[in-house]
Amino acid sequence: MTRTEIEKITNEFLVEEIEVDAEMLKPEALLNKDLGIDSLDFVDIVVIVERNFGFKIKAEEMANVTTLGDFYNYIEQKLNN
Amino acid sequence: MRRVVITGMGIYSCIGKNLSEVSDSLYNGKSGIGIEDKRTEYGYRSPLTGIVERPNLKTVLDRRVRTGLPEQGEYAYVATQEALDNAKIDMDFLEKNEVGIFYGNDSSAKPVIESHSIVLEKKDTTLMGSGYIFQSMNSTVTMNLSVIFKLKGVNMTISAACASGSHAIGLGYFFIQKGLQDIVVCGGAQETNYLSMGSFDALSAFSTNTANPTKASRPFDKNRDGLIPSGGAATVILEDYEHAVKRGANILAEVCGYGFSSNGGHISQPSNEGSYIAMTRAIKDAGLTAKDINYINAHATSTVLGDMYEAMAINEIFGALKTPVSSTKSMTGHECWMAGASEIVYSTLMMQNSFIAPNINFEEGDEHSSKLNIIANTSTKKIDTFLSNSFGFGGTNSALIVKKIK
Repeated sequence: MTRTEIEKITNEFLVEEIEVDAEMLKPEALLNKDLGIDSLDFVDIVVIVERNFGFKIKAEEMANVTTLGDFYNYIEQKLNN
Repeated sequence: MRRVVITGMGIYSCIGKNLSEVSDSLYNGKSGIGIEDKRTEYGYRSPLTGIVERPNLKTVLDRRVRTGLPEQGEYAYVATQEALDNAKIDMDFLEKNEVGIFYGNDSSAKPVIESHSIVLEKKDTTLMGSGYIFQSMNSTVTMNLSVIFKLKGVNMTISAACASGSHAIGLGYFFIQKGLQDIVVCGGAQETNYLSMGSFDALSAFSTNTANPTKASRPFDKNRDGLIPSGGAATVILEDYEHAVKRGANILAEVCGYGFSSNGGHISQPSNEGSYIAMTRAIKDAGLTAKDINYINAHATSTVLGDMYEAMAINEIFGALKTPVSSTKSMTGHECWMAGASEIVYSTLMMQNSFIAPNINFEEGDEHSSKLNIIANTSTKKIDTFLSNSFGFGGTNSALIVKKIK
């Protein structure tokens, strides 16, 4: 899966399922502060990522993921490994 | 003791999605019963049910709220919003004043079954998502409504089988009467999905008159063959009388009596003695006598034994008075956890509009019901005071008395 595809799928589910404002989807956006994603939303994102990308997010791997760009990187890394 | 009044009502049911639609249906004797084919495929003995359309709240409530809100919570939200609008209570008022909630709910089967199915497939609870825990608990309705409406007073769910909604109103009445709260949101909610009623169908308690769904619910009729499950939600805003007057609220009626009892007997069979105690206790609490009651909204669900025991108890108290009786379940089916609240809304609508809604499908009485004054056709009548019965599994009984404000 290309980086562009990863970003497209991620942005789509953030808008359609988590109902994040599409205009806020910039790589530097902070997941919590800018996009309003809280701990409960993240429980749902684990489910959505598993459905869309076929792997399970592990909380400990997300320690340094704070921006949307970090999140794209994390997904890309997981898919490439 | 403080007086307790109703300053708002809201309803979402199989006979209408708001007060106006429901009032019309009651007057016209319109049934909300139909067939859900999915029940037959699933293995139900009877596919009959109240047909309730789920509200679309996507543009009304944000995702976080909707994620934790089950079907009956959606119904309860719509009914409560209508009741609060009716009571002239907005979010600004709710932010600045302490308002409580007692709501009847006694199951949330669909999210329990759905989440279990996910774990069976995935073998991993963390793939359920965040919403099922909040949807699954019995307190889901009060949990969600208290967050949505920013309620800061008493907050709890009443689970008392098919008397849940009635007891919720009774407890709200007590809390206000004793000065513990000025305003309490009270009501009852009932899920209608096919996953929620299979175990009740297992008792063969449901009518199988699929040839004539709108004639299947026939409380007190000699040829009744069972109840029809139904649902939705109903809300009443209870308020201290002086508080309501002071803020210029539109006072719809006064709750003046609450009676309760437990049969201490069989888990599913009702009792005329327990029903009698609840009714007489409510009448005594209201400082009234039986002759003061102008209308009885019976619990009667259309089961052979339940209707019989209630008819015996009503006869014992009201027999000589020939007090008008009808069961709105003839139109709505049995709204279970919601019924005690919805029947207060239905009866208050009748009182406001001076009519008695018909006990449709009552064609021929049996030994006990033939002694009652059952109103089979819509009747124009001024109602000053009514009594509403609710009885549930385990022998829990509740009776409420509501009167016109004077």
